Order: sequence, then C-alpha cells, then structure tokens
Amino acid sequence: MIMVEQLTRRFGAVAALDGFDLVVPPGTVHGLLGANGAGKTTAIRVLTTLLRPSSGHARVAGHDVARHPERVRARIGLVGQHAAVDEELDGRQNLEMFGRLHHLGTRPARARATELLERFDLPDKPVRQYSGGMRRRLDLAAGLIISPAVLFLDEPTTGLDPRARTEVWSAIRRLVANGTTVLLTTQYLDEADQLADHITVIAAGRTLATGTTDALKRRLGDDHLDVVIRDPLCLTDAAHLLAAFGPVRINKDQRQITLPVRDRVAALTGAARALQDNGIDAADIALRQPTLDEVFLHLTAGSEERTPA
Amino acid sequence: MTTAYWMASDSWTLTRRTLLHWRNQPAQLLLGLLFPVMILLMFGYLFGGAIAIPGGGDYHEYLLPGVFTLTMAFGIETTYTAVATDATRGVTDRFRTMPIAAGAVVTGRSIADMLNAAVGLLVLLACGLAMGWRWHNGFASALAAVGLLLLLRFALLWLGMWLALAAGRPETLMALQILVWPLAFLSSVFTPPSTMPGWLGAIADGNPLSATAGATRALFGNPGADQPVWLAVAWPLALLAVFVPLAVHRYRRLT
Ligand SMILES: Nc1ncnc2c1ncn2[C@@H]1O[C@H](COP(=O)(O)OP(=O)(O)O)[C@@H](O)[C@H]1O
Ligand SMILES: [Mg+2]
Repeated sequence: MIMVEQLTRRFGAVAALDGFDLVVPPGTVHGLLGANGAGKTTAIRVLTTLLRPSSGHARVAGHDVARHPERVRARIGLVGQHAAVDEELDGRQNLEMFGRLHHLGTRPARARATELLERFDLPDKPVRQYSGGMRRRLDLAAGLIISPAVLFLDEPTTGLDPRARTEVWSAIRRLVANGTTVLLTTQYLDEADQLADHITVIAAGRTLATGTTDALKRRLGDDHLDVVIRDPLCLTDAAHLLAAFGPVRINKDQRQITLPVRDRVAALTGAARALQDNGIDAADIALRQPTLDEVFLHLTAGSEERTPA
Repeated sequence: MTTAYWMASDSWTLTRRTLLHWRNQPAQLLLGLLFPVMILLMFGYLFGGAIAIPGGGDYHEYLLPGVFTLTMAFGIETTYTAVATDATRGVTDRFRTMPIAAGAVVTGRSIADMLNAAVGLLVLLACGLAMGWRWHNGFASALAAVGLLLLLRFALLWLGMWLALAAGRPETLMALQILVWPLAFLSSVFTPPSTMPGWLGAIADGNPLSATAGATRALFGNPGADQPVWLAVAWPLALLAVFVPLAVHRYRRLT
C-alpha cells in the first residue's frame, strides 16, 4: 500500500530524509519510530503530497506521489502533528465541511458527521471549548470522513495527558479494526508496540531497522529491569548480586540499578529472591521496555559490531 | 460530475464556512462593522471642523468617500488573519490533501470577504446618509463609485492572501495593522494632499488609496475630486495582475 525507495528530501543543506525506505502492506498498522528531528514529519508530508521529494520514489495506494498527487489525495486521510480543525466552528460543522469537501454530497456529509461524532464520543459544542484529547479525536474523525485506503497519523498522542492518550489509542484501535492501512509516527516504543504490527525505526532521515513488532522488539534489545535499593550503602552489594542476570548500570543519585534481561520472569523472580536472601531491601523493582535512547544505543552498537575492523 | 460543478460546490462550502463563523461569533462581525463607523464619527465630528477643503465644500461630504476607501483597505486585515490562521493551524495543509477543486479555497475566501466588504459598505453608506452626506450625480454614478470601492477591496484581498501565505503568521498582523495607518494618512482619505507639505503631498497623490478616494468623490459629486477616475481602475487592476498569480502559485506550491 505504501512503497518508498531511497527517498531523500533536502531543505537547503539539511537532508531531512536521506535514503529512506519503507514498505507497508495493505491492511496493516505500521509504526514509524524516531526521535525529534529524525525526519518523521517530512516523510509523512512527502507521502501525503504536501512536499515534493528531492529524489527517490514513493507510491501510495498505487500512485506515485510526485507524478499523480491528485490520485493519491483521493485515497488518503491525514492527521497532522497539530490538530488541523476550524476553532470557530463546532465539531459537527467541522466534520460536515470536510465531508462536503470530500464530495460526499450535502445529506451524506451530514449523516457521516453524526456518525463520527458518536463514534468518537465528541460533544456538539464549539471546538475552542474542546479539551486536548477531544481536539485530537475530532482531528482523527476528520481524517476518516471517506474511510481512506491509507491513513497517516503524525504523532497522534504527543502532548496529551495519559488519560487522553488512552482515549486516542482506543479510537485508533477501533479504526484499525475496519481494515484501514495506517502509518503512524511516534517517539515512544510503547505506543508503537500498543498499536502497530510492524515498526520501522528512523534516525537522521534513514531507515535504521524494520520488521514485525515482535521480531523488532527482540532486535531492539531486551526488556530492562529497574531495581531501586532503599539503603544507598547496599547499592554496590546489590549490583554484584544482580550482575548474575545481566550487565548492570548503576545510577547512584536515584539508587537505581538497571540491566537488560532476556528471560523476563526468571530474571524478575531471581533478582527479587537474591536480594531478599542477602537481606537487601528493594524500594521498587520493575520490568519495562527499553526507551528510544536505549534502542538507538543498541542498534548503533550492533551496526558497529558488524563493521569489519 | 463535472469540474465546473465541483468548483462551484467547493467554493460555496468554503464561503459557507465563513458565514458559519459569523453566525457562531456575531460579536466579532459586529465589531468589524462598527470600527469604521467609529472612525467616521471621530473624524466627522471631533477633528472635522478644523479641516478645510480647498475650493470650498463641506468636510462631511469630503470625508465619506475617504472613509469608504479606508474601510476597503482595512479589509486586508480580515483576509490576512483568516488565511494566516488556516496556514499555521494546518487547516490549509488538510485542504491540500483533500480532492478539492483547484482554486476553490481562494475563491471561497474571496466570496466571503467580498460579502463582508459589501455589508460593511452598506452600513457606512447608511451612516453617511444619516450624517447628511449625499450623492449628487445620480444613482448610476453612485453605483459606479461603489463598484470602484469593491474593486479596490478585491485587489487588496489578493495582496492579503499572498502576504499571509508568504509570511504566514497571525502575529505579523500587528505590523500590518500599524502600517495601514501611515498609508491612510499619507493619502487623500482624511485631508487633501494639496494642504500637505510639498513632498508629502506628492507621496499622498501617488497613493492608490487617493486614486480610489478621488474617483469616488468625482462619481458621487462630492468636493475634493482631484484625480482622474481611470486611475482608480488602473491601480487595482495592476495589483490584481501581480498578486493573483502570486497568491495562486503560493497556495498550490509544494515546497
Ligand atoms: N521546512 C523546513 N525547512 C528546513 N528544515 C526543515 C524543514 N522541515 C524539517 N526540517 C528539518 O528536517 C529535519 C527533520 O524534521 P522533521 O521531519 O520535522 O522531524 P520529526 O518529525 O521526526 O521530528 C530536522 O532537522 C528539521 O529541522
Ligand atoms: Mg514531527
């Protein structure tokens, strides 16, 4: 559904995209994971015909974005990084307007607006009175007026509080259930993990890694075990004990020991037992997925290993 | 359906959007309509007594065509704000990714703003009549004067659209609001250029606002008509020839 080959896009001297590759099969949800400035928005803007590529090819829904932008436009929906809705209209007026502009006709546009308001649980009041989460949902709804073949979501939850974030997640899940192909960008591995079946990691405008979420998660590095020790004097002893389960990193200020673990359950129970047997009191012990920084460290370390010396 | 059908339909949808803004926020519309009325009252009754018209004539009769012209110039702020807000909020980008008929977005904006200008002008005409201002050359001439005023507004609309797309930040509006004033004072809107110091008077004479103000004075039969009518046609046409292509290009341009 999306085919991108060696895409580059330069802004003067800056190469926002620099040999970017991406393949998204129909009916899948693809997460484009990257830090701030990695080139995610630029990639979305090229794929949605808002920017011309400097070189390379990109096809969306069967059409070349540079050669037939109007054909691409008829098949896609875009939910940009900022809620692109009319603040001076209410939710229904916004959706009706976008529906008419999608050439649904007056009456179907009205019906569609009603349906979407209900589906996204949106109140019929001026958008300026909406909360951040409601705005985002209205934005999503506007991207879904025509049940697009491909939906682009650029950082759909950045800047939202945890509750609004969960709301938007469930809204995205519901639309994925309809079989829409989705490309979403995010800075958070857990978000990609929650929503996507495939992930591509982008850094400095280039594809760093790609694969199914599960396979990639394994490649992206193991889960991490964070252990917080109550007594700072026991920190070194605890680190020695935990080193049996993986290479430890110590954060003295937070009295925290972090280690990547392969077998989650064995590591968690083993670590807890080892500490208890030696009379070391843990204030907190938790398993979590690696952060984006840890993923990048891991991926770049991996590529260096492969480089022959 | 045909291209022409969707062009008309999309333009109407976008015009309707502005009409809905007015319905949702009537206070804003009213304030916009009342501001020129306030200027009219201020200059008509507060400062007006001190301003003499060379060759005689009533200052109210001189002032009204000036304020009509100025109001058309103020309209550029309405256009600029609307277009710049859409650009920064990402609404313009959303429109760009939709299969909207080419040109419908700018056409919708033009129709809405011209409606706004026509209503504003009607309010001012009514105020003028209430203040004792009259047209003296018959209805057809008066209608031609109104046409020239709307033509100026139409030309400035495209300038505003281009400025907003090129410089696109709502905050820059402030600069525009401040710049409109020297432009207004350095013209024949409030005072005849012949009463200004030599070089200022020369600038004021060459100001496109003076062209429209002078021509409408001539057509309404009001005092102080010091410029040929054709200038009030030529200036807006020149502006249109430059800024219509620029604005359309800016809107379509994929950077
Ligand atoms: N219009 C532009 N002009 C100049 N540089 C830009 C422009 N848009 C993006 N960039 C640069 O390209 C890089 C990638 O930006 P972006 O695609 O917005 O990243 P992301 O969305 O992943 O945060 C950044 O270094 C950014 O500064
Ligand atoms: Mg971005």
